[in-house]
Amino acid sequence: MTFTTVLLTELLFPNGISHYLLGGILIGLGTAVIYLGTGIHAGASTFLETTLSYGSKLSRFQQPKFIASRDWRVVFTAGIIAGAAAYSIVLGDFGWTTEVQPSRLFFGGILIGIGTRLGKGCTSGHGVCGVGSGSKTSIVNVALFMLVAIGVAQLVMAFGVTP
Amino acid sequence: MSSATSGETSSTTRVPEDHDSSPWFLPLVFVGGFLFGIGLAVSQMARPEVVLSFFQFADFGLVFVMGGAAAVVSGIFFVASASGRSAPLSGRRYTRRLKSMDKDVMLGGGIFGVGWGLSGICPGAAYASLGIGNVVILYGVAGMFVGAYLQGYLREARTKSTATQPAD
Repeated sequence: MTFTTVLLTELLFPNGISHYLLGGILIGLGTAVIYLGTGIHAGASTFLETTLSYGSKLSRFQQPKFIASRDWRVVFTAGIIAGAAAYSIVLGDFGWTTEVQPSRLFFGGILIGIGTRLGKGCTSGHGVCGVGSGSKTSIVNVALFMLVAIGVAQLVMAFGVTP
Repeated sequence: MSSATSGETSSTTRVPEDHDSSPWFLPLVFVGGFLFGIGLAVSQMARPEVVLSFFQFADFGLVFVMGGAAAVVSGIFFVASASGRSAPLSGRRYTRRLKSMDKDVMLGGGIFGVGWGLSGICPGAAYASLGIGNVVILYGVAGMFVGAYLQGYLREARTKSTATQPAD
């Protein structure tokens, strides 16, 4: 019984679970710090549109709530970059680069930019804050983008594209 | 909350910004982002390969990242919003994040899913990926800005064609 459990755990989580869980808790704490101080549910993707407001005159980007939040969203993103940088520098693996093809990153990025903004949130806005709020809209949105992402990644793998 | 700033510094009218409410606003947001970024690096979500290996059923560890984060947030959100209090740096009432459901939520979720499955990146993880020195991710970040611009442009065109009322 325990042997089967060990086997199953190794099969599902070949790299263990502790760093995943710790990382998740830290993501949650970062969100909680901002929330407790400001009452804001911080998501990562709104930054894309609010930052465009610095350079684009489109009224979609010039809406008051975007102008009001664009500065702190830049600071939020800078914090994310700095936190990840600090950790990787301390660990000594700063400078790791992905093997995923630039074209996949770019076209994937375009779809992510469209989809997260049209869908009112991303993995942090819907996935962490929305699901953490028990929001039905967020739970449906997350279930959908997870299932679609799994399907697409499986398809990419089936075509022999790696990683 | 007392905002007695009726033109004391300059005469130019400036849109009020969220962080006007406290000098601690931006430092606190930075600290929150910093923790958030460490979390993305610790969990390896900043590496597209790790996210893709989850989608390809090679390692299911990612459920603990979103699950762990949502569990922490859930506890804090529910306790704070039930308290009826307001946040010290902004005076905003603590609430839960509840968005309305519409066609765009489904369409957007589907489009985001295709992009995430194709690339293994999502916005927060991409910023963190830049932090760990993965400069190649800039292709992805550039793509996200292009996508965000495109949807803004198209939505603006859509609202202009459906409603011909002046905006303000």
